[in-house]
This record gives sequence, C-alpha cells and structure tokens, in this order.
Amino acid sequence: MSQPGIPASGGAPTGLPAQNRASSASGSLYTNGPVQNALMSSQVSVNEGYNSQLPGSYPHLIPAKTLNPVSGQSNYGGSQNVSPLSIYQGPGQTLYRPPVASNPVTPSLHSGPVPRMPLPTSQNPAATPMPSGSFLPGAIVQPPLNWQYNYPSTGSQTNHCPRASSQPAVSGNTNLTSHQYVSSGDPSLQNNFIKSATPQHANKNPTMSVGYSYPSLPPGYQNTAPPSTTGMPPSSLNYSSGPQGFTQTPLGANHLTASMSGLSLHPEGLRVINLLQERNMLPATPLQPSVPNLHEDIQKLNCNPELFRCTLTSIPQTQALLNKAKLPLGLLLHPFKDLVQLPVVTSSTIVRCRSCRTYINPFVSFLDQRRWKCNLCYRVNDVPEEFMYNPLTRVYGEPHRRPEVQNATIEFMAPSEYMLRPPQPPVYLFVFDVSHNAVETGYLNSVCQSLLDNLDLLPGNTRTKIGFITFDSTIHFYSLQEGLAQPQMLIVSDIEDVFIPMPENLLVNLNESKELVQDLLKTLPQMFTKTLETQSALGPALQAAFKLMSPTGGRMSVFQTQLPTLGMGALRPREEPNQRSSAKEIHLTPSTDFYKKLALDCSGQQVAVDLFLLSGQYSDLASLGCISRYSAGSVYYYPSYHHQQNPVQVQKFQKELQRYLTRKIGFEAVMRIRCTKGLSIHTFHGNFFVRSTDLLSLPNVNPDAGYAVQMSVEENLTDTQLVSFQSALLYTSSKGERRIRVHTLCLPVVSTLNEVFLGADVQAISGLLANMAVDRSVTASLSDARDALVNAVIDSLSAYRSSVLSNQQPGLMVPFSLRLFPLFVLALLKQKSFQTGTNARLDERIFAMCQVKNQPLVYLMLTTHPSLYRVDNLSDEGALSINDRTIPQPPILQLSVEKLSRDGAFLMDAGSVLMLWVGKNCGQNFLSQVLGVQNYALIPQIMTDLPELETPESARIIAFISWLREQRPFFPILYVIRDESPMKANFLQNMVEDRTESALSYYEFLLHIQQQVNK
Amino acid sequence: MAFTFAAFCYMLALLLTAALIFFAIWHIIAFDELKTDYKNPIDQCNTLNPLVLPEYLIHAFFCVMFLCAAEWLTLGLNMPLLAYHIWRYMSRPVMSGPGLYDPTTIMNADILAYCQKEGWCKLAFYLLAFFYYLYGFYYGRR
Repeated sequence: MSQPGIPASGGAPTGLPAQNRASSASGSLYTNGPVQNALMSSQVSVNEGYNSQLPGSYPHLIPAKTLNPVSGQSNYGGSQNVSPLSIYQGPGQTLYRPPVASNPVTPSLHSGPVPRMPLPTSQNPAATPMPSGSFLPGAIVQPPLNWQYNYPSTGSQTNHCPRASSQPAVSGNTNLTSHQYVSSGDPSLQNNFIKSATPQHANKNPTMSVGYSYPSLPPGYQNTAPPSTTGMPPSSLNYSSGPQGFTQTPLGANHLTASMSGLSLHPEGLRVINLLQERNMLPATPLQPSVPNLHEDIQKLNCNPELFRCTLTSIPQTQALLNKAKLPLGLLLHPFKDLVQLPVVTSSTIVRCRSCRTYINPFVSFLDQRRWKCNLCYRVNDVPEEFMYNPLTRVYGEPHRRPEVQNATIEFMAPSEYMLRPPQPPVYLFVFDVSHNAVETGYLNSVCQSLLDNLDLLPGNTRTKIGFITFDSTIHFYSLQEGLAQPQMLIVSDIEDVFIPMPENLLVNLNESKELVQDLLKTLPQMFTKTLETQSALGPALQAAFKLMSPTGGRMSVFQTQLPTLGMGALRPREEPNQRSSAKEIHLTPSTDFYKKLALDCSGQQVAVDLFLLSGQYSDLASLGCISRYSAGSVYYYPSYHHQQNPVQVQKFQKELQRYLTRKIGFEAVMRIRCTKGLSIHTFHGNFFVRSTDLLSLPNVNPDAGYAVQMSVEENLTDTQLVSFQSALLYTSSKGERRIRVHTLCLPVVSTLNEVFLGADVQAISGLLANMAVDRSVTASLSDARDALVNAVIDSLSAYRSSVLSNQQPGLMVPFSLRLFPLFVLALLKQKSFQTGTNARLDERIFAMCQVKNQPLVYLMLTTHPSLYRVDNLSDEGALSINDRTIPQPPILQLSVEKLSRDGAFLMDAGSVLMLWVGKNCGQNFLSQVLGVQNYALIPQIMTDLPELETPESARIIAFISWLREQRPFFPILYVIRDESPMKANFLQNMVEDRTESALSYYEFLLHIQQQVNK
Repeated sequence: MAFTFAAFCYMLALLLTAALIFFAIWHIIAFDELKTDYKNPIDQCNTLNPLVLPEYLIHAFFCVMFLCAAEWLTLGLNMPLLAYHIWRYMSRPVMSGPGLYDPTTIMNADILAYCQKEGWCKLAFYLLAFFYYLYGFYYGRR
C-alpha cells in the first residue's frame, strides 16, 4: 500500500504512467501556450501598459494604493476600511470581476466589448422587491468589507490572534480582516493573468549570488565547498519551461524584478540554494506560507492560508508531473477555527451549482448577469432572482458584489432543507473514573471546580442538557430530577449487560436543574475518597453513556486514569519498557476493536467522545484513542497527573479544561470537500469517520481540530488554468442554528516541474508528510515511516536535480521554496512521534501521533520545529502592540547549541511546552530583574513561573510569554532551566540541528541526502 | 468410463466455482457502490464481512477434495490462491468479528482500489477455473 509521495523505499517511481507523461509533457505545452497568450493579450486590451513598468503599469490599482494609509505596497492587512477592490472595480468593469476561472473557451469575454444583458426593468432599488431572506441586523449601514463582519466569533478572542499579525507593518490592530495575506513588502504589481513564471530571468539577477553565504563557515563547511563557488553559477537553471519561454518578448529589467517578485513575493524566490554552503536558511520571523502565483485580484479574495492550505500552491497539470515531482499533493484545513470576523449570510436560498452542489464562491465566473459558471464542474447555472439584489449596497443587478462572491470564507444560515431532524440541543455528558487510582490523583477536584466555574459559560442556550456518570467496577448514574432535594445516585453493577436505570432525569436541562448540578459537583470529589475499588470498567461505562446519549447526540467527556480492566473493552498491558527505544515491536495498533466499533456507533448517533487520560502508567492509548478518533473527539493526555506531586500538570489541566469547556462547539456536523473536476481525494487525516469519498462525519466539531487531505490528479488538467477546492462544514451551533461554513481556495495549474517546485509550501508538505508517516507507522512500522520521510526528501530533491537543474554541480541544490524541507523532515524524525533511541513512553508517543493527526498545521509545526528566542535583551524594537500591551518580537534563532551563549537566556517555544534556558554567566541584570534572584545558584531547581516584577525587563518577557500562550488552545508550561536542571535534556533534545546519541545532526543529514541524491 | 472420484470432485468444484463467481461479482458491485457514494461504508462492511470466510472455506474445501483425488495439477493451480487467502486473512485488521473489511479504512483510496482490483482478478480466476473444471469433469468421465 504505497501512498503517493512516500515511496516504499528507494527512488523508483511507483506506478508512473509513462504513456501519459510523454503526451502531456510535450503536448500540453503547445496546447496551453497559445491559450495563455490569448489571455495575456486580452489583459493588454483591458489594461493599457502591460509592458510598462512597476506602479504605472496598473492604472486601476493606483487609487487604491494611494488611499491605503499604511504604505504604497500591497499590504492587505493594513487597509482595513478602504477596500482596494471596490475602487478597482470601477464602472465598466463591474460585470467582469477579475478574470477568475476564465477558460480557454471564453477568453474573449475579458477583452472584447462588454456584452451586457438588457437590465431588468425594475432597476430602481426602491422598487425592487426585498428578497425574503435578509442579512443580519446592522449589516447594511456599515461600510463595505466591514459590514459582513458583524458577527464576531463567540469564542474567546484572545486566543487566536493570527500569527501573521506579527508583521510590524500591521502593528496596533487585532481585528484584522480575515483576508489578510501578508506580503513581504515587495512590490508585486504584476498584470499577467497568472504571473509568468519565467525562470530564465532568475540568473540574470545580480543580487542573487551574493550575501547568502554562511558568515563564518565552520571547518566542515569550508572543506566541502570549493572556494570559487560563493554563490550560484549563472546558468544553473535550465529552460525547462519549453517553447513558451522563448516566444516571449524580451522584457525590461524592471519588469524582470516585478515578475520575479510576483512569483513568491521574494526576489530570491527563484534562487537555487546549495544547502551545504548556505546554512542560515531559517528566517528570523515566523515562516510565512507561500503565496499562490495568482493574479493579485484573485489572490486577494483567496482563503486565508491558516484555514485552508495546499502543499503545492501550483497544482501540477497531470498525475505524471506530480509523480515526477515526488512531492505530496494535499490540503491542510482548520475549518472551524475561531475567527475574529466572519461574514454570515442569512438568505432563504443558498446559491449552489445544480450539478455538483458547489456553493457560489469568489472564483466562479459570471457569464452575464443572469448566469454563472461553476468553477468546479464548469456547469452554467442561473442566478436566482433573489441573488440579484445586493442587500449590502441595496442595488439590484449586482450579483457579483454579493458577499458570497466577495469572500472565500463565509457562513450561511441553513434553511430547513439542510436538516435531517430538528437541530439537536447541546448535550454534555461527563463520565468520571472514580476508582482508587483516580481518587489518588485528585483530578476530580479540579474538574468539578472548573465545571462549577464555567457552568454558565458552557456554549448553549435554554435547551442545554447535562448529565454525569461515574464508574469504578460498577457504574453510577445520577438522577438530577427537578424538585429533588439532592442528587440521587443509582448504581448499576451488572456490567456485562449494561442498562439505563431510569429513562429520564439522568440528562437534565441545565437551567432547570442548575442547583442540583452544582450540588452534585460540590459533593462529587468527596464521595469517593474512601474507595478501595481498584478496577475500572471503562467499556461498560462508555456503553451506558452511549445508550444515554443516543437519542439526542452530543458531547461525551471521559476522564480515565488507568488501564480499563473489567467488562467489555478490558485491556492488558502491552508495553515492554526495555523495548521502548527500538523502532520495532512497539504496539501502535489497537489491541481490540471494541472502542472503534463503539466510536462508530457513537458517530452514527451524533455522539462525540473526548478522552482525558490522566494516567501515570501505561494505559494503552493506542486502543483507547480509537473512541475519540472515529467519533471526531479529541484526546488530552496528562502523564503522571497528581494534584500534589505534579502541580504544573494541574495548572495545565485546569487551563486546558477551561478552554475545552468554553470553546465553540458544533454538533451533528458533516464536512464535504469538493475540488475541481480532474482532482480527486485520496485519503483523509484527522479525527472523523469517512462516510463517503468526500464526506466526513463529525458528530462534534471544535475550533482546535485540524484536518489533512491527500489529493491525486485523476484526469489531466490541461484545459484549465485554475483549480478550486471547497470545504463546506454543515453544523448545528450551540444556539440551535444550522449553519454552513464554506471555505474556498483557488490555485493555479502549471505544466512544468520547475513551477511545481517553485510553488511548494514546505510547511504544508511537512505537515502532510507527518500525517502520512503516522499512518505508515501504524500499518507498517515505525522504521518504515522514518525511511519514508527521508525518502520523501531524497526523491523530491533528486527529481529537482535531474529534471530541473541542467548542469550537475556539487553540493545539495534545492529550490528556494524547499530550502527548509530537509530541516523540517529532520525535525520530524526527532519529533516524539517518530524518534528512536529515546526512552519515550509508548502512550506519549501515541499521544504525539494523535496530535499530529488532529492538530492544525501551525501547532504541529511548532511542536516539530520549536522556535528559539534570545530573551535576555528584549527590546521594544519592532514590537507588536495589542490592546495597549507591547509585545516584543525577538528574532527566531536556529535550533543549534552554537546559537546559545552562556551569558544569555533563551526561550524555546515547543508548542505544548516553553523552556527558558538561563546561561551560567547570564547577566546579573536578567537574574534580578526578570527571575528575581540574586545570583545564578539561587535559581530553584524546578521553576515553572516567572515572578511579576516591577521592571520593564520583566514586563517585556511576561508579555511575550503570555502572548505566545494566548495564541494557542492548549496551555504550555514554562520551565526555567539552568545547567543542572533535569529538564535540560529535554531542552537539548529539541535542538534539532544538533547531533544526539541516536540521530544525525542537520549537517550530517544534509550530507546523507546529498549522497543519496547524487547517486 | 466410470464416474470416478476425480470426476465427482470436478463436478463439485464446477458448482462451487459458479457460486464463487457470484461472490466475486457481488464483491465488485459492492465496492463500486462504495466508490460512487451509494452506500454507507458501515453497512457495506457489514454485508461483505460475513461472506469472506464462506468464500475462503469453499475454495479451501475443494482444494482438499483435489488433494484427496490426487489431482496434483489442479491442486497446484489452486495453491497460489489458497496461500493468498491465508495471507490475506492473517494480515487483516484487528477485528472481533469475522471478515476483512474495516469501515474506517475502507474509504482510503488505496484500499478501495486494491479491493476492486482483487475482485476483478478473482472473477477472472474463477471464470477460467470454471472452464478448466468443466474440461476436467468431461475428461474425467471418459
């Protein structure tokens, strides 16, 4: 079962349809060439001055630019109120929005005179009948682009400040528009339809061969590099783009820079890099996702990469080309992310394609006012009468200005056709382990206290229902009937054949029985303090909980502290401590299918199970985790949780529990992913049940879950220039509304291997590879998965070397877009999921794998490749300011010990943990002003909190750390580490560029790859 | 000639292979339905899984019959499939019930394609075998 992109071993192309490749590689260029030219020339006729240079070349854009208060550059984040689009779409262009999805069939539409449909007679807006649906109140009076953001997400806003906002240019605003695409600040004014990727210009650029060498080469580096080649020889790129490249008219030098900057918003985007020579590849600011090489008017409308991202921002035309590139094609989604601003549309008819059911989106093309062409299946649809009226501008006859067509991320209020049953009420059931072991850990106190505090904050309405079950060797139910003086406990001891002791009052309305619930939560921690029962009947308890919830569906939160030992689903310990380090013979597969089957039953009844595992010993998470995995729940793991011995873990648990209880939730959800004809979905990754080829069943959806999808090219995409992906998530909100959240992503299609490489998004690729590697470790073995990861790098880089680079030169040549690929793969190999040679506990490894599958890409990348900052000299230079807080932005350092120095302090942000390493000779200033100690020896052995001191240094670092923490849904513990601390090993373990006992250093890894690539 | 044991074996195999052909067709149709979204994978696995062991047992049964009849060539022709069946069942996912197909992984494009291919190959094999047994039956009676 070899998956594309992870070949089993070696570099042999697996199942490469050679006959296809031959025809498409040569033929397609010719068929495509004239078409593209036609489009380009059509652009010329619309916008004069195609060949003239920079800003002047795009007259329409200039007003928008000058109105933009921040800068004259294409920084969308800065322009919040002034919509460049509304200005750009001046009169005469209104019908013809940016040439989206223009097919070769209809190029003339964009150039020729405008064939207008006769407008309807009732042109007067006043005379226009109001559509039956309406937008949310207050929407209409607000200015464009802002009106639709009247529905601030109810989730906690602090948590999800986009990472992109760390750009200094957009300082001082937290309410970024959702379409913020951070550009690097380079002028990217380019007026080709798809910016011409002409690699041959690259080597004419004089700037590219200087200034990127590693400043002081370590001895090893000097030996390998011939002294003469300080940069890149001029002709290292071949002219693989075929005849198309040569037929172009010679372009001026200015145009050259423009076209290059357009490619990936970096002038160095086309550079080929010798990784063995240039070491300092890690950017000092967080790595930005690569920007698709689209016309900027389309790109402006495109979905935010934090929500929807593709591994290849240039989609290869054929499967043969994709196979040749050896890069995985796939999507990474974070569909239910808390958004600060989200347009919500209430309308009685939701406009969708009649054949493929795609929702109307910014990338459809309007043939005329009455018809639109689907960008996924190319069917021509009618525009419904209601859609002609734009409630935003109160103008009739502007379907292309409707919010549905202006936003790639939008939410619809679904009418009753989208319901199979009346929307369910929010139902929360808590299942607590109360065996002796559980009581020992003291977790019940924390949970009950947290629940008491957040009872009013649970997402819901007057219909919210809540219930509790506890279990040890028996199952205890609690009747919370209104009118009872105190909760009544019912014990079911028949765990072989579980039944529900009473039909009602076990799940009660929270509002009506709130006092009883509070009563129960207050007494629950004390009820079992004397228990001597050590057995745990988790399986029967889950069955009971499932029976209780199946009529309504909802969320089941299970707290478990040990291996289940009784009844159905009992497990046996499988971990052998002496085999922990070896890659073989570890149990990553479930030992029973009980939990999987139960999860599928749950999924069918719209019940999701979230598992909180607070266990010191082995609890077989591989088996237990299935209950959450297939019911779209999430897994939380707190190893060695103890209320006294492990206070840090308690703090983490409480914070994360609070987030868990109060975050947004969607019930009875399904997510469908559609893509342009020719592409097809290969595999899904994440927590869900796949109900059909493109439909995921998600009993619950939460804002912290990410998904990945592997795609394949089934039919050649030769006759199209753009492809689109659309994910539609239909869910019931906690308020009982049925809603649909739609994200649409549009990407260009390319025909040459070089362009595929230029458009690669290295973070997304690494994320998808990690997902694939988890699957591989489960189906085959861990060592197989590790080999596959290494082979992925080797194969793609040798494909680049043999097919794109013409002259074979020494060194490890990589395209600029993949310059961090080997580093990230090495980091994956050293990640907890895939590492070998360490004493990682099996449950921790499996938890890490669950996280890889279920986490959004941002957090996955952080846990894989942590960020290292020097924090003893923080300054306000380039700092962000959010809500009157100044947050310093220190540069990110490479993860190598050579970056550390004894006289500094360094903060490592590894996602779920923060480590502050204090050097031995660290300045007295830092010790006293930040740590509050007089000298180094006085730093406590275990320190997990920074004192809040009245000094600017302390304020800065605390602001920085809390800013880092706010950005994620989990709570990273801070460890202050000095030289003798036990955590120091963990700190050094994360130094992925350094050699460890069992793993290569980055440089050795590069040498290994070079050896394999050059074979 | 007399109606030998071998001829009886061939006759039995002929009838049973006809049944196996229906199994294979059912298998192909089921996976095609899955691919075209007509069926829920859970239902589909529930209908397919009970059929796996009977199919394998029928095939194993007439392999044993041929062994008893000392029809070495026929047995040799059937051995690869028998071995494949044993391997396939040994490497099945963790399941409590009988069967091969897991509704959570069945929608994976690779597995779906593999199962479809498997169905077609088996159909071809059984069809060829059917005519071979017909020939063997006819030849054995003479």
